[in-house]
Amino acid sequence: MTTAPARASGPARRFARLLYRHPRLQLRLLLAAPLLWLLLAYLGSLAVLFANAFFRHDSFTGRVIFEFTLDNFAAVAGTEVYRTITLRTIGLAVLVTLVCTVLAFPIAYTMARVASPRIRGLLVIAVLMPLWASYLVKVYAWRTMLLGNGVLDWLFAPFGVNAPGIGEGALLLVFTYLWLPYMILPIYAALERIPESLLEASADLGGRTGMTFRRVVLPLVLPGVVAGSIFTFSLTLGDYITPQLVSNTRLIGNAIYDTLGVPNLPLAAAIATIPVITIVAYLLLARRTGAFESL
Amino acid sequence: MRTPRLPAAIAGMALVLAACQGGAASPSHSAQASLGDGEGALNLVIWTGYAERGENDPAYDWVTPFEDETGCMVKTQDGTDSANMVQLMQTGEYDGVSASGDATLRLIAGGEVAPINTDLIPNYANIFDGLKLQPHNSVDGVPYGVPHGRGANVLLYNTDEFAEAPTSWDVVWESDSPAAGKISVYNSAIYIADAALYLMKHNSDLNITNPYELDQTQFDAAVELLQQQNEMIGEYWATAAAQIESFAAGDMVAGTSWQYQANNLTDSPVAATLPEEGSTGWSDTWMISSRAAHPNCMYKWMDWIASPEANAQATVWFGEAPTSQAACDAAEEISPGHCEAFHATDESYFDNIWYWTTPQKECGDDRGAVCKDFTEWTTAWQEITGS
Repeated sequence: MTTAPARASGPARRFARLLYRHPRLQLRLLLAAPLLWLLLAYLGSLAVLFANAFFRHDSFTGRVIFEFTLDNFAAVAGTEVYRTITLRTIGLAVLVTLVCTVLAFPIAYTMARVASPRIRGLLVIAVLMPLWASYLVKVYAWRTMLLGNGVLDWLFAPFGVNAPGIGEGALLLVFTYLWLPYMILPIYAALERIPESLLEASADLGGRTGMTFRRVVLPLVLPGVVAGSIFTFSLTLGDYITPQLVSNTRLIGNAIYDTLGVPNLPLAAAIATIPVITIVAYLLLARRTGAFESL
Repeated sequence: MRTPRLPAAIAGMALVLAACQGGAASPSHSAQASLGDGEGALNLVIWTGYAERGENDPAYDWVTPFEDETGCMVKTQDGTDSANMVQLMQTGEYDGVSASGDATLRLIAGGEVAPINTDLIPNYANIFDGLKLQPHNSVDGVPYGVPHGRGANVLLYNTDEFAEAPTSWDVVWESDSPAAGKISVYNSAIYIADAALYLMKHNSDLNITNPYELDQTQFDAAVELLQQQNEMIGEYWATAAAQIESFAAGDMVAGTSWQYQANNLTDSPVAATLPEEGSTGWSDTWMISSRAAHPNCMYKWMDWIASPEANAQATVWFGEAPTSQAACDAAEEISPGHCEAFHATDESYFDNIWYWTTPQKECGDDRGAVCKDFTEWTTAWQEITGS
């Protein structure tokens, strides 16, 4: 008994043939789902958020009233505290980035150039290890360490020094701790990519260590530093939990969160444009250094 | 492939329109008529400690018996302050909330909560008359919830630092305070009322008659006092857990608090007191969401929390006054003298306590509409804490 193969006439069959004949259509259909996701879920929610910045708000019920207004932007521009908070946040983000760079460079250099392959593996694990723990757990752990009766108190007590407690110094410390791995890894990757021959050539031409570092290593690593700084800068810019837990300092994120809690969604959305504009400007600057190729 | 700009823009606009429609809730003005079977689940917005299941202390568990009896599995979300609770209720994802007086009227006006049918809540009848149909939990004689308990915001202090209990709030306000740098106060705009209350007692020139009804001059004075305090602040606490931790560590030695924190700091040299100026306080109400997905379970919960045993446990655990004589009797067995200590039946005590309420433009007296509303309070609060 023979069963004739199903004639190539079913809809699935026809569709398959269509795809086979049009490879571009195939590609488009494959990309459609992720692109739709990006557009709707990601950019769509951003669009809804910013659309709310143009609406009014009922101060008693906290509900959004759908009447067009620019009052929210006027309030953001005209209230001094938002300027203060913006400058403070950007200043802190820059400071965290600088401290991270200074700390990350020697670590990344050791990993890429000095350590033996075995040690290098261990160092990479050591740098990655904190990323396996929850962000909240790490911040709470720091809070406990910084407060009195914590491990820092115990450590420094013999020297007559108290734990630093919570405050702006603690905030800088915790941010640096949190984002340091994001700076080390791109610098490490950039350093590793520099061929040994370039350094030797520089030495052959009479370049001393300092000269080689400034004229050869630094320009080649700079995109890596900028790539790392995108993380340290943007993560500091957007954080609102760490400042709440280890300091009394208010950053933009806290202003947005507090305003959202009023609840005043339109004003919160208007304030949220500040970090978005800041980070877009920063990314445009970063792109000019070729940092995106080092990510 | 070129980016399809137009379709993206259309999709964005469609989403915005969808969001607009989702935002408009129709206020529900009719209470549920009858009670069916439980829906098997209950999502609540609560104040910390309002729904214990024995995880902190096995002796205090009024959620597990409720689940066993009704089959409604309880999930809770702590609100940090009343404004936060209003925001959470606006999401429509919760069945009910333990709202304080500065949230209740906002929730009613926004159509977030529905009136209740007290016939479906047998334990409602036992509740003290003084707590029923109050301005903060009813509209035109229609009840909007079941009272949970009431109490005062207390002064928490370190007993090593203060040999005797401070008798005045001046330890958190005056710039010569021995606690300067180690002061811990509530991170919420409603805390401006605490400054106004202090001024009401110490600066009669301002003629403050109600700490929630502040005109420009009075408001400016309160903000100035808060700015002076800002220099001495160790921490603006947002969660009870954070304040408990910093008092236990000794980093904070004085501040405004709830009895709950003191109850959880019995191992530390920390005590709570009510200073002579009186204090701000709260009277909390369980309200049902107008969009509750589990309304029958919420009704069962409101009845449960008004029952003598559950109300006694809940109010002893948090440290506040129970809502019925039967609950007082039950509380006597867990914590003797509880109702006297928290003045459950002493209305004159609560004359000195200013319940949280929402500041509005209309002062509520012959000054007219010259008072600072809640939006102005929150802006001022951001300026005090943010600059």
